[in-house]
Amino acid sequence: MTTIAVAETPLVLSLLRLADTALVHSHRLSEWCGHAPMIEEDLALANLALDLLGQARALYAYAAEVEGAGRTEDDLAYLRDAPQYRNVLMAELPRGDFAFTILRAFLLSAHAHPFWQAASRSTDAQLAAIAAKAEKEAAYHVRHSGEWTIRLGDGTEESRRRMLAALDALWPYTGELFEADEADRAMIAAGVLPDPAAIRPAWEATVARVFDEALLPRPADGWMHSGGRTGRHTEHLGHMLAVMQHLQRAYPGCSW
Amino acid sequence: MTEQPMPLWEVFIRARSGLAHRHVGSVHAADAEMALQAARDTYTRRGEGLSIWVVPSAAITASDPADKDALFEPTASKPYRHPTFYEIPPEVGHM
Repeated sequence: MTTIAVAETPLVLSLLRLADTALVHSHRLSEWCGHAPMIEEDLALANLALDLLGQARALYAYAAEVEGAGRTEDDLAYLRDAPQYRNVLMAELPRGDFAFTILRAFLLSAHAHPFWQAASRSTDAQLAAIAAKAEKEAAYHVRHSGEWTIRLGDGTEESRRRMLAALDALWPYTGELFEADEADRAMIAAGVLPDPAAIRPAWEATVARVFDEALLPRPADGWMHSGGRTGRHTEHLGHMLAVMQHLQRAYPGCSW
Repeated sequence: MTEQPMPLWEVFIRARSGLAHRHVGSVHAADAEMALQAARDTYTRRGEGLSIWVVPSAAITASDPADKDALFEPTASKPYRHPTFYEIPPEVGHM
């Protein structure tokens, strides 16, 4: 099996982290295609997935350009194995039930929206342009997943039970959204990426507003999962990539 | 588990170049906000719209197809209501 070794300068690594999170979350959302509770939601989830896929493509294309090794967005998506993926762990968890899918989309987009908003003022013009487009998409993702969170949290006994279970499962993965390592700090210092500490208040406010209406308790911040951004993943990512990369692995270089 | 059928909503979209909202179809949704989102996701995927209305289908009062003779036949014999019968003076030119 061919795998590529990307030279991860701080900028390339940062772009891969953003792109991988978008692509992996996109793939998890796309797993609902044909399985959503109704056709309207089937389309809505596919729309979210396609927005994220578009963001991932732009970020991969830019990462490949920055790396300058002649690679394409497809090489980065299809020719890296799980330990080389840099997405946050929350994105790769199996799709779960509808409550889990919605709450994950809410927690991630409530972070993505203020993140892209801030990144649209990046000193890196290309990243700023990608962010400006992603910001509008993320705003809709917050609205859609947020309204569903409210209706499921303050819905039937069944929907509330599922939402509380999803919250228990997902909350310990939120810490990773606000991590900053050496590469991040270099990018923050250069004004390329926003400081996670500056994103946090907007995320907290959105979570508080929606949880308040959804009658969901904001869990205490206890021990948090970590590792996805450095390539230490759950056992789920490899299985997901096996499906996602199957065609390219079975027929290297194929196109249509 | 209590499961009630989702209400149906009629969707009207005002196109980029259109002046009025046009009926484009319907969606299922629990309430008005979710109906707007469902309409956005179902009917504006290709940049069709600038504005969306959703109306509960139950709010629409429709004519009975069985009444069509009584309602619509009488106009068939009133062709003079079409403006084609007016003679336009030549000096007006094209209207």
